Amino acid sequence: MLSDFDFSVLTDSLPFLWAGLQFTIQLTLVAMTGGIIFGTLLALARLSSMKPLAMAAAAYVNTMRSIPLVMVILWFFLLLPLLTGKPMGAESSAMMTFMAFEAAYYSEIMRAGIQSVPRGQVHAGQAMGFTYSQSMRFVVLPQAFRNMLPILLTQTIVLFQDTSLVYAIGSKDLLKASEIAGKNYNRPIEMYIFVALIYFIICFSLSQLVKRLQQRIAIIR
Amino acid sequence: MNYHWNWGIFFDQVQNGDETYLAWLISALGWTVAVSITAWIMALVLGAIIGTLRTVPHRGISFFANAWVELFRNIPLLVQMFLWFFVVPELLPKDLALWVKQDMPAKEFVTAAICLGLFTSSRIAEQTRAGIQSLPRGQTNAGLAMGFTRAQVYRYVLLPMAFRIIVPPLTSELMNIFKNSSVAFAIGVLELTFVSRQMQEDTSQGIEVYAAVTLLYFICAFAANRGMALVEKRVQVPGYIAGAH
Repeated sequence: MLSDFDFSVLTDSLPFLWAGLQFTIQLTLVAMTGGIIFGTLLALARLSSMKPLAMAAAAYVNTMRSIPLVMVILWFFLLLPLLTGKPMGAESSAMMTFMAFEAAYYSEIMRAGIQSVPRGQVHAGQAMGFTYSQSMRFVVLPQAFRNMLPILLTQTIVLFQDTSLVYAIGSKDLLKASEIAGKNYNRPIEMYIFVALIYFIICFSLSQLVKRLQQRIAIIR
Repeated sequence: MNYHWNWGIFFDQVQNGDETYLAWLISALGWTVAVSITAWIMALVLGAIIGTLRTVPHRGISFFANAWVELFRNIPLLVQMFLWFFVVPELLPKDLALWVKQDMPAKEFVTAAICLGLFTSSRIAEQTRAGIQSLPRGQTNAGLAMGFTRAQVYRYVLLPMAFRIIVPPLTSELMNIFKNSSVAFAIGVLELTFVSRQMQEDTSQGIEVYAAVTLLYFICAFAANRGMALVEKRVQVPGYIAGAH
């Protein structure tokens, strides 16, 4: 029962948990940056007029989106060392996995964003003598990015939660750190409650911020 | 790539027993489907109720419903699994806690289904709310003007339309629930992901095993998609853009 709980172990394990949280944040940021860049390229490929390129991008995105993330994590952890011929730690494997996996989700958001830009904008760019890459870079993508910013950030909050699944390959993130701390002090229950609280506070405040941002940056048409 | 292929691995016997690995996979598929479907039914019922409550013009009720959604949405599913499995039994009265820990049949399965069901209910609640709010305000007003009580407006005017409108987003939720059921490996449900890790450890034939399991997940997602397409066709509302084909 609750009266038997001993929350004093939490203060002792804080430095350890902080190290775990740092990895979780690092993984989220790396996956977000890599995922958005790679995802935008995938979206452009998917909307390209070159049929094989568009089909390859669509196949990649749909495959990633229909496999459970845990399986993707296991696949990468198994395949990366075989393909590179070198052993790879759980941490670097996790980073590659999340970049590749999240790119599929970010690319769907960016595709919707690009499609939300009125066609006249592209024509205007062409009329000004812009090449394809210039009109994408200076006209379409900035608008697509701005329109989709709240959704991209919401996806990043989901990504932040999903990083806990690196548990499957034993990489030391916030959750794994709390589990180890719980075992060391023989207080697993308190640790699980505490770590759930940390995740909740971070995700809830971020999602409130995104809500505010959404109201502020909405383009009034 | 230095890898020893052996696609016959599925017909080999498991290490401590007389079954084949194929039998393991089939039973694992059974657990994946069982967890997903049980959770799905729970999520539909709870999600519909909570989603409806979120639109009710009463501060206390909508606060409760909002809190429900935020709670389940802002904690990672894996952490929720651990909370249900390790923490919740500690919070129960002593006798019940003892029974849950020692005697409850299929403890892992029940825990995983409850956890996944509640997690998904918050997402379905969001869809339900969006469905109800997508209906023109005039419908509620017309109902009230006809002398319906608010409960009757929901029962006869809003919900029958809202539930039909939200079938497409529910399709992706059903596909998601199959994917999310993979997280149940962490508390020891013998479902596909758990068994694939076990087989990889036993046999080191990871590629074959993961390929088989990934294929089975594909089949689940595809079946969910086709099944919901049938439902969608039956319940689509004539006159809506989605229904025009």
